[in-house]
Amino acid sequence: MVCQECNQRPATLHFTKIVNGEKAEFQLCEKCAAEKGEMFMFNNGQNYSIHNLLAGLLNVQPAYQGNSQNAFQNEKVIQCPNCSMTYKQFIKVGRFGCAECYETFSEQLPPIFRRLHSGNETHNGKIPARIGGSIHLRKNIEDLKQKMKEFIANEEFEEAALTRDEIRKLEKELNSAHEEGE
Amino acid sequence: MSLERFINQAISSWMSTEGPDSDIVLSSRIRLARNLKQYRFPTLFEKDEAEAVINQVKKRLEQPGEIEDKHLELLLMDELQPLQKRVLMEKHLISPHLAENSTHGACLLSESEEISIMINEEDHIRIQCLYPGFQLLEALQMANTIDNWLEEEIDYAFNEKVGFLTSCPTNVGTGIRASVMMHLPGLVLTQQINRIIPAINQLGLVVRGIYGEGSEALGNIFQVSNQMTLGKSEEDIAEDLKSVVSQLISQERSAREALAKTSNIQLEDRVFRSYGTLLNCRIIETKEAARCLSDVRLGIDMGYIENVSENILNELMILTQPGFLQQYAGGPLRPQERDIRRATLIRERLQMESK
Ligand SMILES: [Zn+2]
Ligand SMILES: [Zn+2]
Repeated sequence: MVCQECNQRPATLHFTKIVNGEKAEFQLCEKCAAEKGEMFMFNNGQNYSIHNLLAGLLNVQPAYQGNSQNAFQNEKVIQCPNCSMTYKQFIKVGRFGCAECYETFSEQLPPIFRRLHSGNETHNGKIPARIGGSIHLRKNIEDLKQKMKEFIANEEFEEAALTRDEIRKLEKELNSAHEEGE
Repeated sequence: MSLERFINQAISSWMSTEGPDSDIVLSSRIRLARNLKQYRFPTLFEKDEAEAVINQVKKRLEQPGEIEDKHLELLLMDELQPLQKRVLMEKHLISPHLAENSTHGACLLSESEEISIMINEEDHIRIQCLYPGFQLLEALQMANTIDNWLEEEIDYAFNEKVGFLTSCPTNVGTGIRASVMMHLPGLVLTQQINRIIPAINQLGLVVRGIYGEGSEALGNIFQVSNQMTLGKSEEDIAEDLKSVVSQLISQERSAREALAKTSNIQLEDRVFRSYGTLLNCRIIETKEAARCLSDVRLGIDMGYIENVSENILNELMILTQPGFLQQYAGGPLRPQERDIRRATLIRERLQMESK
């Protein structure tokens, strides 16, 4: 039997998924199972008999490694103050309980995000216009500061001065937005 | 109800063949996942929170503003019959999860059904735009318009570092799922598909059959979609998918040309046998119907069959699913009765063509 994911390596893992009472068989090699592990876990977690095996894949740090202080930290219960979901529960069900979970588990999440999103852990897309208003401004200021540095490096001082004025204007806007928000 | 009227009511705009490259790309879809900041996510929220989410969306709907011409209508899952939900599901307008397992699930549906906003699915809000043919960027633009309109009044769960916060960590960041439904009989017949799928997977995209279970792709219809949602912009994600799909389109076209060159008569024979089956069958299972419909559509695209409209594949793949068959029959049907109904519906539909 060849792995149905890569069609190359022999399939060593066989498992079944139950969809509406009907069985679907899966044959995967270990490499593909590991790669697809979190996907199966997150999309269909409860339906997979291989579930427990895959749940292990989510634990990025091996449980019994490192010094005793780390081991102690691992055992500490991390729990969301808003929805009371613990980190352990999150790993088990593969779903967050609320927006605050992201803050609560913020130290544990980056490696998980990197595994799920081809090595990425920071957002690089749309920023909502209204609630993200000041984020837009801050990003613009960052970009302009970068530009100003380049102008100075190229000895284009007139351009640099104009950019500096622009930055000051945006910083003022940002400050007044903050005051309004408070 | 006459078949013609039934079909007219059943057809959404995405099933038409008006979009670009619609000989191969059946439809393009963009989905954006969003959540409201102040409520827990649907996996563990209480009924009152679910109701509050619906009420916020309802309130927003009182000021449709720039999207007034879309005529969004609110459908509450609690008020629909199981069969009505099943039909919406078969048209890809709502998910099985929303239909069967959601708490106070709802859906905002546009008149032409190209927009469907699911409420209280896995996330509080899932904006979906479904367009005929190859129109990913157009669908993205529409999804963005709706997203901006909702955001004017609704506080999204968003943070600067990881973007839009979703119930499942696989959707975090942009919350976008861009997907394209493709008819790839050429690549299947020439057996190239087995080589192509792993290559596409390597690019971080997912290919799967849209009808049928597991690894089978009934009707040679495949869905290609992005997997990662964090770290790239929405436009880049859509563009990356677009460029892969463009390559798939040209590969499918050359596969069809090669087939016409090397096995023209065999292909013509296959197409007309399938056409004959559909014209004459009295009992037909989903699998066989899907295979024959795919052959006939290929036959139309390659010029063997004239006077049959191209959207026969899209239309009948949808209409011959259990929910639709039962809706047309006006009541529940046992599997064997469905196979008989399916055969009748296909025959009658094809007769409408020759009129
Ligand atoms: Zn493999
Ligand atoms: Zn929480």
